[in-house]
Amino acid sequence: MSQREHNAGEPADLVVANLSRRGFLKGLAATGALVIAANWGMPSAFAAGKKTAFVADALPHGWVDNPKVLLSIAKDGVVTFVCTRAEMGQGVRTSLAMVVADELEAEWAMMRVVQAPGDEARFGNQDTTGSRSMRHWYAPLRRCGAAARQMLEQAAAAQWQVPLGECQAQGHKVLHVPSGRSLGYGELAEAAAALEVPPRDQLRLKKAEEFRYIGKEAKRAVDDDDIVHGRAIYGADLRFPDMLYAVIARPPVYGGTLKSYDASATMQVPGVLRVVEIAATPIPSGFQPLGGIAVVAGNTWAAIKGREALQLEWEHGANAAYHSPAYRKALIEAVRQPGKRLRNVGNIDAAQMQATKTLEATYYLPHLAQAPMEPPVATALFKDGACELWAPSQSPQLAREQVAKRLDLPLDKVTVNVTLLGGGYGRKSPPDFILEAALLARELPGRHVRVQWTREDDLQHAYFHAVSAQYLRGALDDKGVPSAWLHRSAAPSMAAPFGPDSRHLQQFELGMGLLGMPSRLRNLRQENPEAAAHTRIGWYRSALNMPHAFAIQSFIAELATAAGRDHRDFLLELIGAPRKIDPELLGDTTNYGESPSQYPLDTGRLRAVVEEATKQAGWGQQLPPGRGLGLAVHYSFVSYVAVVLDVEVRTDGVLVVNKATMAVDCGPVVNPDRVRAQMESACVMGLGNATLSEITFREGQVEQSNLHNYQVARMPLAPREIAVHLIRPEGETALGGASEPGVPPIAPALCNAIFAATGKRIRELPIRNQLMDWKV
Amino acid sequence: MITLNLNGKDHQLEVPEDMPLLWALRDVAGLTGTKFGCGMGQCGSCTLHLDGKAVRACLTPVGQAVGKRVTTIEGVDQDPVGKLVQQAWREHAVAQCGYCQGGQIMAATAMLKENRNPDDGQIKAAMVGNICRCGTYTRIRTAIASAAGKLQEGQA
Ligand code: FES
Ligand code: FES
Repeated sequence: MSQREHNAGEPADLVVANLSRRGFLKGLAATGALVIAANWGMPSAFAAGKKTAFVADALPHGWVDNPKVLLSIAKDGVVTFVCTRAEMGQGVRTSLAMVVADELEAEWAMMRVVQAPGDEARFGNQDTTGSRSMRHWYAPLRRCGAAARQMLEQAAAAQWQVPLGECQAQGHKVLHVPSGRSLGYGELAEAAAALEVPPRDQLRLKKAEEFRYIGKEAKRAVDDDDIVHGRAIYGADLRFPDMLYAVIARPPVYGGTLKSYDASATMQVPGVLRVVEIAATPIPSGFQPLGGIAVVAGNTWAAIKGREALQLEWEHGANAAYHSPAYRKALIEAVRQPGKRLRNVGNIDAAQMQATKTLEATYYLPHLAQAPMEPPVATALFKDGACELWAPSQSPQLAREQVAKRLDLPLDKVTVNVTLLGGGYGRKSPPDFILEAALLARELPGRHVRVQWTREDDLQHAYFHAVSAQYLRGALDDKGVPSAWLHRSAAPSMAAPFGPDSRHLQQFELGMGLLGMPSRLRNLRQENPEAAAHTRIGWYRSALNMPHAFAIQSFIAELATAAGRDHRDFLLELIGAPRKIDPELLGDTTNYGESPSQYPLDTGRLRAVVEEATKQAGWGQQLPPGRGLGLAVHYSFVSYVAVVLDVEVRTDGVLVVNKATMAVDCGPVVNPDRVRAQMESACVMGLGNATLSEITFREGQVEQSNLHNYQVARMPLAPREIAVHLIRPEGETALGGASEPGVPPIAPALCNAIFAATGKRIRELPIRNQLMDWKV
Repeated sequence: MITLNLNGKDHQLEVPEDMPLLWALRDVAGLTGTKFGCGMGQCGSCTLHLDGKAVRACLTPVGQAVGKRVTTIEGVDQDPVGKLVQQAWREHAVAQCGYCQGGQIMAATAMLKENRNPDDGQIKAAMVGNICRCGTYTRIRTAIASAAGKLQEGQA
């Protein structure tokens, strides 16, 4: 099915790295009158199966579609759905519940959602990362809902002693069609629960035209009422009468250790009860805590005051030399030299010799911190040889494994309950903060211990988005057609905290927007020069797609200008004709973990989002000086997003984004309002990243301390209007991601718009005051 | 022992006078709707009302709240304007993770109580101190405008 690119690259021989080891439920029984829950025993027909169309299979523990695990129906008809993925604003609790409710023929008002604790053997893969919850759970949850619906029909048929074919589930009841009798789901629940789950090949899934919730416009949100009333429970909102509150002073430099400390002043602070030393973890620290001194008190304020009073002496270690200005210089030098060759097609050197024009550019993006509004926080209770935890975790199963290992407990003695997350963006996957709570709880058995990170802690000890430099060189032939392309990308790797630092990006990182670039280019080379990590590098919403999209989409615009061409036309020509490409042939062996045949890179879809965004935004219109439209497109998380930003640069350098037009093809959409919301969110976060945010290091320590000097988008930066156009692809396509793919094209669209408005090309982020000198 | 009037009821709290209201509410009074985001007046997650005016609980010592009416997100629906704002937030599905939204609603309510017909500049000025990392600002603006519209119609 996938058409071969005419210039297939070298076979990708790099190892596929998979970092992707990737809820509040006080036990199902605690949720009320769950008559079925008592019977929801072990999977019968529905042990997590082997072969489906989705690559969710390849993730640890795959998926579960057993209604006896994920659903229960109470006598009053209330349906409780166990959500296996963490809610952090993407709307997953609502959207997954919509899928199951639709197939179940349930009334939305009767749906309740509880959160699964970390337990993958039971609940399937729980790693809420990589924008894949919906694409991996859509099919299993449809089967789950359909199976439960059929069991309810069977129960009704048995009760009425009528043929099954005469019974039809509809709107939370089963109807006996010939007689018009009906029985509510609540009345049937107990009998249905005693039945076998029908085998998969006997499930009758709905046809698309029968959907009530899937794909329909509505503003549904299971947690909204609690949120607007301040009742929603986040990581720090659980209350236990015996609770202890702790904050931790951690080594300020990654890999540092404590030389000595004096806590005598701390112990004088009213409310402070104890200080506890946590051993430092040597580099690479993986998911382990950084170590330090915990101050345990009767309330958070006392703990904070107590920490301020600590006298601490650190041994900073090798990373004390980490200094951002020097590192930036070295990184830029590195990309100006040849690096590890990833892909080489044709002959760029020969093409350059024949070129009419060549162009080069270097792009630099800083470290960023995720800075979720809710800083990391976790609560733990260690009692009778077991540890129970409560945390806003993107990966509760990973937290559970790690806690069990660190405390040397059997897995079944560790429970990780998942609260709502006050934002995650990748920060709440690594369970370092949860391990801290577990370690402290072991020191203080029988008491609930909460570890609260302050904003200062969060900004200083994040798993930072990688700083990066990229060098691009392009050639245009005598017709202004790009004839050669060289792209070097260097950044410290996310793998570095987990093993010896190879100083090279892993295959999955290169797959984020560098490799896999579809184009008509016949001469192309991609390289990865070395970059060492001096801090913990981690995942920040869309990760390396950000720098790669920034460089590529900026450089295409620069080339278009050099060729004297319209940016959109030039971009579409470079993408080339609509075709489906196996990403492996472009050197991308990862493709977000999805199968290349089910998820080929479709240049038709890529073109379509560009065409739609530019059409909707009025591309080509004349604008006054100081105002401009900027375009960028990017494929990530198996979705396609194009953005046009309408930007105004005032003479005082103030940047105003009037409007964002986004065209999105993420395959079939379950919850259109939440997909739009994710795009709006990505747009605003992308604008903040591009204009304001930067983490820098001095003597190994983060220079930013709080939100006054680590700035993020505030209301004035948000466009007055964000128009999101969802494109439904033609034919059978699989679902794509929605939470992350909106971010990467924002920064290049912004800088392309600034160029259109002012003629000034921005190649380093954040923009901050780079526009100060601009005059109309 | 300090007496605070929280959402219309007097509470006795055993806290030092210099403890920020934020921690007194969260850790001692058990009102956890007021959120911690920065602890230094930068993010607005902890916004509540003192005698109807928006303040940052992380910067307000408990002592300063004595003798005043403290309204938190848990109690703002007792105020007709607050209730309207909460409804507008739901109608426009503003919240994403929701963590900042209590503070946003408190800031928006305080503004609308003073100015029932704010223009865009006034909305921005009132809301610039409230960060939403999920970037819901465009919907917040829409929700505020729709709540203001209802106030014009005399719905509160
Ligand atoms: S916590 Fe008070 S303003 Fe941020
Ligand atoms: S909704 Fe998540 S921070 Fe505002």
